[in-house]
Amino acid sequence: MAVTKLFGAAIKRREDPRLITGRGNFTDHIRLPGTLVMAIKRSPHAHARIVRIDTSKARAMRGVVAVYTGQDLVDKLAPVPCAWLIPDSDLKLTPYRAVAVDKVRYVGDAVAVVVAEDRYVAQDAIEAIDVEYEVLPAVVDQEKAMESGAPQLYDEIPNNLAFHWKLHIGDFDAIWNEAEVRLSRRLINHRLIPTAMEPRGALAAYNPGSGELTIWCTSQNPHVHRLLLSAVTGLPETRIRVIATDVGGGFGSKIPMYAGEMIAAAISRDLGRPIKWIETRQENCVATIHGRDHIQYVDIAARRDGTITGVRVRAYANMGAYLSTAAPGVPTWLFGLMLQGAYAIPVIHCDVYGVLTNTTPTDAYRGAGRPEATYLLERMIDILARELGMDPAEIRRKNFIPKDRFPYTTPTGLQYDSGDYEATLNRALELVDYSTLRRQQAELRQQGRYIGIGFSTYVEVCGLAPSQAAGAMGFQGGLWESATVRVHPTGKVTVFTGSNPHGQGEETTFAQLVADELGVPFEDVEIVHGDTEMVPFGMGTYGSRSTAVGGAALVAACRKVKEKAQRIAAHLLEVAPEDLAFENGRFFVKGAPDRGMTFQEVALQAYLAWKLPRDIEPGLEATHFWDPVNNTFPFGCHICVVEVDPETGKVDFLKYVAVDDVGNVINPMIVDGQVHGGIAQGLAQAVYEYAAYDANGQLLSASLMDYAIPKASMLPVFTVDRTVTPTPVNPMGVKGAGETGTIASTPAVVNAVIDALAPFGIEHIDMPLTPERIWRAVRERSS
Amino acid sequence: MYPSTFTYYRAGSVQEALKLLVENPDAKLLAGGHSLIPAMKLRLASPSALIDISRVPELAGIRDAGDRIVIGATTRYDDIQRSELVRQVLPILPEAIDVIGDLQVRNMGTIGGSLAHADPAADLPAVVLALGAELKAVGPDGERTIPADQFFVDLFTTALQPNEILTEISFPKPPARTGISYQKFANPASGYAVVGAAAVVTLGEDGKVAAVRVGVTGAGPYAVRRQSVEQALVGQEPTAAAIEAASQLASEGMTFNSDIFASDEYRAHLTRVFVKRALTRAVERARG
Ligand SMILES: Cc1cc2nc3c(=O)[nH]c(=O)nc-3n(C[C@H](O)[C@H](O)[C@H](O)COP(=O)(O)OP(=O)(O)OC[C@H]3O[C@@H](n4cnc5c(N)ncnc54)[C@H](O)[C@@H]3O)c2cc1C
Repeated sequence: MAVTKLFGAAIKRREDPRLITGRGNFTDHIRLPGTLVMAIKRSPHAHARIVRIDTSKARAMRGVVAVYTGQDLVDKLAPVPCAWLIPDSDLKLTPYRAVAVDKVRYVGDAVAVVVAEDRYVAQDAIEAIDVEYEVLPAVVDQEKAMESGAPQLYDEIPNNLAFHWKLHIGDFDAIWNEAEVRLSRRLINHRLIPTAMEPRGALAAYNPGSGELTIWCTSQNPHVHRLLLSAVTGLPETRIRVIATDVGGGFGSKIPMYAGEMIAAAISRDLGRPIKWIETRQENCVATIHGRDHIQYVDIAARRDGTITGVRVRAYANMGAYLSTAAPGVPTWLFGLMLQGAYAIPVIHCDVYGVLTNTTPTDAYRGAGRPEATYLLERMIDILARELGMDPAEIRRKNFIPKDRFPYTTPTGLQYDSGDYEATLNRALELVDYSTLRRQQAELRQQGRYIGIGFSTYVEVCGLAPSQAAGAMGFQGGLWESATVRVHPTGKVTVFTGSNPHGQGEETTFAQLVADELGVPFEDVEIVHGDTEMVPFGMGTYGSRSTAVGGAALVAACRKVKEKAQRIAAHLLEVAPEDLAFENGRFFVKGAPDRGMTFQEVALQAYLAWKLPRDIEPGLEATHFWDPVNNTFPFGCHICVVEVDPETGKVDFLKYVAVDDVGNVINPMIVDGQVHGGIAQGLAQAVYEYAAYDANGQLLSASLMDYAIPKASMLPVFTVDRTVTPTPVNPMGVKGAGETGTIASTPAVVNAVIDALAPFGIEHIDMPLTPERIWRAVRERSS
Repeated sequence: MYPSTFTYYRAGSVQEALKLLVENPDAKLLAGGHSLIPAMKLRLASPSALIDISRVPELAGIRDAGDRIVIGATTRYDDIQRSELVRQVLPILPEAIDVIGDLQVRNMGTIGGSLAHADPAADLPAVVLALGAELKAVGPDGERTIPADQFFVDLFTTALQPNEILTEISFPKPPARTGISYQKFANPASGYAVVGAAAVVTLGEDGKVAAVRVGVTGAGPYAVRRQSVEQALVGQEPTAAAIEAASQLASEGMTFNSDIFASDEYRAHLTRVFVKRALTRAVERARG
């Protein structure tokens, strides 16, 4: 692989000047003449029958154009789709109406829609709609929802059980019976609210003349949304254009097909006017998907020397009130397949129950399934280490898959592409100065001060692919990616990518790749994404796949272009293509460097076509659909150091070291940024963020006054370093860096806090480790 | 995020504001807007009219009045923080303001707005209680002075009448050998005080506590003074043990708020801890 000068360069993100000076092109910035605004009236009850809806007052208000109830939309919209139909799990789909028809099932379920001249009037009208409810008992907790006598969300789904997924590899019972050490614990991986900076929204413009629907919306995957919108509206794909140029963060929450966007599309078509709908922050909290929410029963079998011989998990995944688009795949495949983590554990036994409750639907949230698996393993291995009196670093070292065993086939059937797990551990130990820290810890304890050191040695699966695997897992789509590289007559290049970066910086990294491949200046490369009318069908940006899969498609397309350019140059220079070399953007005859043509000169000739032979088509562009042979598996070691104030339970962060291996790195500054953001989010799960419901299904943390997303002042300084183990699965050797931070950091932080509290005999506290929870644990042990 | 319709008036003087208040009984005064506007956006408040007093000249400003410092009600946090006089004489104000919200909030929010709003989790109520401030209000029947001790009466409720305007807050200058401290346990989501404790300690020549005042915010429905703590300390040598013992009384006789972040039991505990921390720091400072 040719590493030229832009690959590896810490170039500043070219999208940033636009984004940080308010010149982005977000959905809410788009203005179309004649636009009406739409607002959604949402259920205040978690579970209720709709007895009667009186919209007469709202309809009579000045400025109100239309009011719709669920019944009014039944023949205009098919139900909200679920598109990950996991096989062999007795999956039961939930009838999910965009606007509820007879029953509401969570606080935030849509009950009516107002269309008005402006947003203020729409809000007045929302309040003027009178809904009579027959309130039903609600259930919030997934274990309670499965008990007999629990409130039933659907007549046709007994015990609220949407699916039971199994993965039984090896004979766990045998391993368990002969194990020298057995540990059983119940762990909670609590519910989170993704909280992208830009809430969701849509501007749907149906043109009654042409019969075309253009919809600007907050999407991580515009083509997938076009396909799903076509399915729910009945409009052919050819008449739908989805545009999502600038999207203000997603973290998975902008993958699903949601009611709001569907309703806007249907109403625009009904009224023949552009319809804008933009969520408020509170709507975002209740009506955009949530993440995580697992209750896990874990059994670990091990030998006295610390070798783990088997893992058994029974997990209860809270799916919320309806199955969101990708939801069934998250707590099953994306969780279960990773249950061996970075360790050579031979036996894996996993049962996952997907349970419906009267809460906001859950779906993929940064990490999606992998944080749940990693947290479980990293927590349990610490508990095991303490049980055996082993050092948490050494027990990990003992269980690592050794570096000479790659590619490594896991018991769950994945093929880990490449790795050297111990190298990241060693580097992190060195950076954090481990032995000194342990000494300080002992000294400080004498003074009544409690510092703790927490590890997380993770591996994750990303660059989600290949399509065959997607099919086997019941994912209703392929997992390839596309790119078109179009060279213009001047030699400038436009790239059309099926990825849809929304904060990840691919407008920069992709341009770096192209500049290197074609030998053209970085400034000459434009990246176009997020418009289904411009870019080839793409699967979108999620699962840390855009560079590993979308970037690979791009490189493959570049190579097709270069191959053609080389043939043209060879023809014009009257040599065979293989007689040409290519360096610094110039083709030249090997051994006669003066005889050559620049890439730009070739591009011009490709378009002039005056001198092309008959077997070379004019023009210079290529498209590639890249379906990788495998996923990629980044890994690393994070170490967190905290001090806990036992008097208040408050956690202070002293150090945070992250040594990740994401393969080759195209832009270290961007990767650092991804790692920083990921750590912030994962750390926040450990100690700050918590989507709390009361027993009646009211979301108590439905605003940023109550839901604690981390601010800069609440975070430590991150020491970030890397090892580099390239992957063989794509030509660049890159893995994926979007989720590593989130996956790794949560257990590192929790392990650090629990380590700090070891002198109190505290072995576990469920997240989030709020000051009060820590204070209570300390008080319980001290008395 | 979309308030209901209201009329906006901008008052040029206190008299004009008073007149507008009489004419618009549903109206609300608008100062920095950083409590009122969010409440309106959520439609938790829907006043028919806003009377903007933020540009009334006589309501803003900081002046030295001999043995007192007087701060106008619409003086913004940022102006108080930048005042050399305040920094010298009442350093607790910048210390407390420093932990209020963020820069935008401090650029807009006013001292009078914070006190009149009486948010149970606001910071300054504890501080005015500890400093023994006096609050001046003017209404249709003229002017009156309300001691801080009598100002906070319930959740979001003060001694002000709906048709009264808080005009200024007057602080006695602390005597020599006085140390002051504000210690806050902030909610990680909102940044407001889960518990905030303000302590003002004056030591005698003998090093014993000559006078002490303690104010607590965040813990209960409204900010309160903690006289039992004060009484336990007056005349005592302020040793760690004495402070610890006195602080144990901080949670007595109070009702505590409870929410997803902190239960009433935990708030009671934090009240004792933060009163202790504020006292400890104030004593250190009093000793110089
Ligand atoms: C993001 C954010 C974070 C914040 N964090 C904190 C924090 O950490 N700690 C904290 O203490 N506060 C915090 N606040 C609140 C902030 O301090 C407010 O500015 C303050 O509470 C109200 O002052 P104001 O001037 O903005 O008042 P306004 O919002 O204008 O008014 C508040 C209320 O007081 C009444 N009022 C105002 N002035 C007078 C007057 N002179 N006479 C009679 N009535 C009057 C109004 O009618 C209204 O009912 C925060 C606010 C925001 C938006």
